[in-house]
Amino acid sequence: MIDQFTLSLISGIFIGGVAGYLGSLMITKRMGLVGEPLGHLALPGVGLALAYQFNVFLGALLAIILAEIFILFLQIKTKSPLEALTGLVFTTGVALGFLILPFSDEHQLEEALVGDITKISFFDTILSVVLSVLVFLIIRRIYSKILLFEISEDLAKTEGINVEKYNFIYLSCIAFIVALTVKLVGGLLPVALMVIPSLTAKNIAKNINQYSLGSLIFGMLSAISGILIYNFTKLPAGLMIVISGFLFFLISLFFVNRK
Amino acid sequence: MKEKILEVKNLSVKFGEEEVIKNLSFEVEKGEFLIVLGPNGSGKTTLFKAILGLIPSSGEVIWQRGKIPKISYLPERLSRERFYDLPITINDFFKFKEESEEKISYVLEAVGLEPKEILNKNPVNLSSGQFQRMLIAWSLIKEPEVLFFDEPATGVDIGGEETIYSLLEKFWREKGITIFLITHELNIVYKYATNVLCLSKKGFCCFGKPKEILTPDSLEKIYGAEINFYDYKHD
Repeated sequence: MIDQFTLSLISGIFIGGVAGYLGSLMITKRMGLVGEPLGHLALPGVGLALAYQFNVFLGALLAIILAEIFILFLQIKTKSPLEALTGLVFTTGVALGFLILPFSDEHQLEEALVGDITKISFFDTILSVVLSVLVFLIIRRIYSKILLFEISEDLAKTEGINVEKYNFIYLSCIAFIVALTVKLVGGLLPVALMVIPSLTAKNIAKNINQYSLGSLIFGMLSAISGILIYNFTKLPAGLMIVISGFLFFLISLFFVNRK
Repeated sequence: MKEKILEVKNLSVKFGEEEVIKNLSFEVEKGEFLIVLGPNGSGKTTLFKAILGLIPSSGEVIWQRGKIPKISYLPERLSRERFYDLPITINDFFKFKEESEEKISYVLEAVGLEPKEILNKNPVNLSSGQFQRMLIAWSLIKEPEVLFFDEPATGVDIGGEETIYSLLEKFWREKGITIFLITHELNIVYKYATNVLCLSKKGFCCFGKPKEILTPDSLEKIYGAEINFYDYKHD
């Protein structure tokens, strides 16, 4: 049987990598912060999963999807701005999450808020690997189309790109990845895994390939370093992953590529 | 007789209550250089978008034999600055078109740019004239049959402007493509247009050969008092 450390390392590398890769697309779309409310939205699901002993990833994913549908419904019904409605739903999500979260169990609370990859099961590791690879392949296919749409909506449309279809795929990928990152860094920090590696890669990349692959690699490196630090210090792995990511970002500042 | 490539019948576009384009009808032959003329706010860009199906409209847009040809569209105000915060090279930008490296170099050379010098640069590093030429190369790479250019020389200095229009004319002559061009420059209209479609804010419109329809009287109807700023003398 593979030992616990290897399991956490494998799942960390895959989730971290694909989160960074997806994040590189999110920051070009100026959607870097979208992961944050989505992560918070996952909290009630995570709370329920912990309370009733079912899979945390499943709890997070269901909560996110339900919340997204609810936000869209509210937008159609009230015609209020999407971001304000997201604010409404995600703060309610946090409030509900905190009601459900098991405060009596300090460890479970920590797992929900800042993640705990160090006790990941064999099944969850396989699930993370499969989902990460799948989302990576999907994103790779739609990457350039979403990017062109970002540069000019009209250009993309006249190139025959079905904008609504690709946006739907893109948003679904975000929901899946946020649900996966909850395992790694909890409901409070998923945006860190998406934004920090891509900002780091952006500092040194000269073209789109270097940028997107760089984001993937820095996502992986942050996960590896965080888990290694946990192994030596027993400080929470989720927090260490975020902090390692930030350190890589600081180092990249010395190599900022001037246009 | 020349082939008709596009027929527009009773095209109307509404933004809320305001009818920006009202019952517009005209026909375009294959290989025409059609210039759309009119002051700001007269609906030129809206007309392009409606023909291209980018915005909802009523009426009919009928392409030759009911088949949409290979179209390339260069929208207005696609600015260099849009690329500023993206780690993107000109090579990356051309990769969206999924064409070979040779083809990319070929079109860049055709618009007078040196591929080796610019391919690894970010578009923000080009001069405004180079940037527009790069965009023209981008729109030509897939050998479109019809081109829609919305003020392709905006922000380019006067010498550069001339280069851009003569480039367009060169491709138009060599490839026999149909060009739809929006411009404010009357001298360009007289020099290149086979037909002109003029729009005004008050719903006046005209269509025909530039020298026949662009009279001082019609120009005043199109531009109102603004016409004082335009040089409408021609030989």
